[in-house]
Amino acid sequence: MSDTSEGTGGLSYDKSKRQWPNELNVLAALILIIVIFEILGAIFMQQSLLFDSRDRFDSIFNEARLRIIIIQVAIIGIIAIGVTQVIITAGIDLSSGSVVGATAMIAMSFAQVAEVSGNPNPKAIFGDWALDLPVIIPVLVGLGVGLTAGAINGLLVAYSRIPPFIATLGMMLFARGVAQWWSLGNPVSFPTDAYAVIGSGMNPVFIFLGLALLFHFIMNYTVYGKHTYAIGSNEAAARMSGINVPRHLMLVYMIAGALAGLAAVILTSKNLTAQSGMGLSYELEAIAMAVIGGVSLFGGRGSIIGTVIGALIIGVITSGFTFLRLGAFYQEMVLGMIIVGAVALDQWQQKRAAARS
Amino acid sequence: MSEYILETKGLTKHYGGVHALVDANFTLERGEHVAIMGDNGAGKSTFVRQITGVEQRTRGDVIFDGAPVNFAGPLDAREAGIETVFQTLALADHLNVPDNLFLGREKTKFNWLGPFRLLDYKSMREDTMAGLVKTGVKIPNIKNSIANMSGGQRQCVAIARTATFASKLTIMDEPTAALGVQETAQVENIIRTLKEQGESLILVSHNMRQVFELVDRIIVFRRGRMVANLRKEDTNGEDVVSYITGAKTGAEFEGAA
Repeated sequence: MSDTSEGTGGLSYDKSKRQWPNELNVLAALILIIVIFEILGAIFMQQSLLFDSRDRFDSIFNEARLRIIIIQVAIIGIIAIGVTQVIITAGIDLSSGSVVGATAMIAMSFAQVAEVSGNPNPKAIFGDWALDLPVIIPVLVGLGVGLTAGAINGLLVAYSRIPPFIATLGMMLFARGVAQWWSLGNPVSFPTDAYAVIGSGMNPVFIFLGLALLFHFIMNYTVYGKHTYAIGSNEAAARMSGINVPRHLMLVYMIAGALAGLAAVILTSKNLTAQSGMGLSYELEAIAMAVIGGVSLFGGRGSIIGTVIGALIIGVITSGFTFLRLGAFYQEMVLGMIIVGAVALDQWQQKRAAARS
Repeated sequence: MSEYILETKGLTKHYGGVHALVDANFTLERGEHVAIMGDNGAGKSTFVRQITGVEQRTRGDVIFDGAPVNFAGPLDAREAGIETVFQTLALADHLNVPDNLFLGREKTKFNWLGPFRLLDYKSMREDTMAGLVKTGVKIPNIKNSIANMSGGQRQCVAIARTATFASKLTIMDEPTAALGVQETAQVENIIRTLKEQGESLILVSHNMRQVFELVDRIIVFRRGRMVANLRKEDTNGEDVVSYITGAKTGAEFEGAA
């Protein structure tokens, strides 16, 4: 039986029936986009986007640009890892941007130093007891706030049967309100040195890629991942198979919330300040990364790897437009078209696959 | 060991004021294949749902494998050994064959990881192959997602669960209602294989030919009541139709409907 472990009943394994992983399509799109920018760069800028065309460096890549590309998508990419899981359950999370805002304010309030160049911290939110705390406390507070927001989303979606769009829209408005109420619109600044390390340099990238690896593994090799796909694919079947669907959805939304909370910690650490407007429209960028990466809004399909490539596509486009010295407005127009195009292409492929079988 | 694998006594289900199932007294011997027939709304599916724990009965007893049971949900019934192939295919399109077979009862390693415990893919794949071979189900590549399979193959996958989990009783609710001729034949062959292997089966079907070819006994429901209990040898299609339509009522069920 070991020879025929792919099929049964005397039917031979048919290579043409093998499924083409969708991630390869997304990767092809990324390469295509890079090639387009390279050509445009060669024509208009006499420069290469990603490859090093200067003599004084040995490396073949333009490392500075690569670093910028991945740093600028890392923080939203962390949110996108959670959003991907929510979308795979056929849900949506519109609240992550605002949760970043609220978490940024609250977590930062526990990360402040007591003294700024010899004087008491002018932005201190709480009294002395909350100043110069060990770094683990603001981190835990950040994760806790995100987790709580996610848990409320999960409760509303899983147990009250409120559609995910509405439940998380409510949380989006609520959390933004919390962010503005927390210090009445004032920024919270001056974190401890230890806190500032979290988001410094390439740390956001390492955290993003580490989490992507972790969740890639979880989604593919654990019961959690299998049930996440099953619920998005056919919720009724999942329920009939004995999966505790509400409990699982709770967990998915809580993970998404915690990841948004973590993103807020990294963002405030990187910027050394928290403002109530932080994370604005991050939820849409995270959703865009997932959708461009091949995650189906109808649930059941998509992967963390796809989302990571989707994030890189957005990074390359943003960077490429700057490189070509084109205004940010063109960038947004093109991104908008790419998102719609990605979904349209996906729909067309699905239809073709359905017609073939 | 009781001679019956399943017995119901006075099984009744009311939906508000609607008496969907009234006093059903049903028995099924080990290894026996029984068909349940009846018009739409006669109580066939309601009967199945009470046995499989999908719904909670209003009153009556269900005795499975010699002991009274109260299943809180379909998973309880499944754990006790009742496999159900639902009218609407309970399959997740985007998952492959082993994933669907083991959905909700995955084989796992490192169980202390809770929801993040690892899937034992190798073992599940081996069991799936064994189950498919046992039932004679033909699938070109079990690693493909169910979405790319024909209706017949999908139904076969649903049925193959039974063989994979060595169940004591299989219930099929109109397994061929949505299938073509060839696919129906394929499913019927699997049912014959199950019979040879001594698997007990309840088959809910509208298809008279199928019923007469596959089962030992026919139960007819009408307006929520059992109105006939016929050995296949003692009856014919016309006879069954007259029970279904109400032209006739079984002697032991007089006054019931």
